[in-house]
Amino acid sequence: MTTYYSEEHEWLTVEGDVATIGITQHAADQLGDIVFIELKEEGDSFAQGDDLGVIESVKAASEVYAPVDGEVVEANETLADNPGSLNEQPEADAWIYKIKLSNPSQLEELMDLAGYKDFIG
Amino acid sequence: MTDAARKTPLYDLHLELGAKMVDFAGWMMPVQYPGGIMAEHAQCRDKAALFDVSHMGQVTLTGDNPAAALETLVPAALTTLPAGKARYTMFTNDAGGILDDLIVSNAVDHLFLVVNASMRDQDIPLMAALPGVDLVEITDHALIALQGPKAESILAPLCPAAATLKFMETTTATLMDTRVRISRLGYTGEDGYEISIPQDKAADICRALLAHEDCAPAGLGARDSLRLEAGLCLYGNEITPETSPIEAGLIWSIQKKRRETGGFPGAARILDEIANGPSRKLVGIQPAGRAPARQGVEIQSDSGTPLGQITSGGFGPTIGGPVAMGYVALDHAAPGTAVNLIIRGKSQPATVVALPFVTQNYKR
Repeated sequence: MTTYYSEEHEWLTVEGDVATIGITQHAADQLGDIVFIELKEEGDSFAQGDDLGVIESVKAASEVYAPVDGEVVEANETLADNPGSLNEQPEADAWIYKIKLSNPSQLEELMDLAGYKDFIG
Repeated sequence: MTDAARKTPLYDLHLELGAKMVDFAGWMMPVQYPGGIMAEHAQCRDKAALFDVSHMGQVTLTGDNPAAALETLVPAALTTLPAGKARYTMFTNDAGGILDDLIVSNAVDHLFLVVNASMRDQDIPLMAALPGVDLVEITDHALIALQGPKAESILAPLCPAAATLKFMETTTATLMDTRVRISRLGYTGEDGYEISIPQDKAADICRALLAHEDCAPAGLGARDSLRLEAGLCLYGNEITPETSPIEAGLIWSIQKKRRETGGFPGAARILDEIANGPSRKLVGIQPAGRAPARQGVEIQSDSGTPLGQITSGGFGPTIGGPVAMGYVALDHAAPGTAVNLIIRGKSQPATVVALPFVTQNYKR
């Protein structure tokens, strides 16, 4: 099990060809109080850079971008009723998707934790 | 943040309080403090919040009859504004649109005006050109807003005059040995005050107010969500050079005398809309789901006819869900009318509702 980080402030924990994706605590803190999330559905496929949904804070709407190519295996439906959990536990219970990786070599383009910590300074 | 962004006299205090600063209309302003917008919003509704609004333009007008001169630019009656009273009005253009909104106070021997930060470069030359009027921009005073049901109990022990004012009244007073102008008004829908303070005393006075257990700082983020729930217009959103005061629901700000005699820019359109009704109207919009409808979202009838656009929208912390305002064609403006909002390409149901979303809580 390895965790990767994207420049769009997402984390991916990979087991085999399935990854769990969420936003980092840093991203959640920058967004402020999160009040709404719009998710893709199970079976939706996407390419790296595609829009994977929208997170809205009190202030503004922000898109979630796909860090890799894949297909949605499961969306975390608990977020719809409790979007505030994205502020509290964005790197634990408030994961956003489980996805099936269609191009695992793209993981090499992502950062490890040390690299991400450097990235956000 | 641009290098040119100006700092208010409270800049250092904002940093000390942990604010997240943004460039707003050329000023470095706190958008929120560590507690976040939701907590700051609730603080203002439940107790009291302190806002720095020093970015707004403060202006005095003197002369033989500055009220009569200013009436040539705005539709409010100002020559009949009693000493110690304040009135909300707007600069109009020849097409009956709105160039900016402002508060005019009769400060006995002069008029005291507060205009939007982003529009001062337009408004000040407009007024400076008025014949017989001397305009001075006050650049050495901070402006703070103390807003919320506890505002009076926080301020009155330091400034007894605060308790004697009613909504839309203004006076000079002494606050911590400092001469200030205090006005009972604001932009949150709550009771409260705006206080103009010499810049070198502003931080000390803010610290004294913040020392009260019922007072906490709030930033521009909460200021926006509070005014949206209170149904108050924002220049650039609800009111623009294309929208008339009648469309925006501001007919109450045009006193009888001015409705009869006109004499302000755009009077032809504005008086016609008073007599015959506007073609569209600003309304509250309550989305049925949880998705906020932001500025620019199209409003359609339930049969798919475009009706207008959302002008401001977001999450209303006191309402606990999304709230918005926008313009719709007059035949769809009645509260209860079902409409659809086109959010990211999808049609979402919503209802036209009466403004404000949260009852205004002024001390009349």
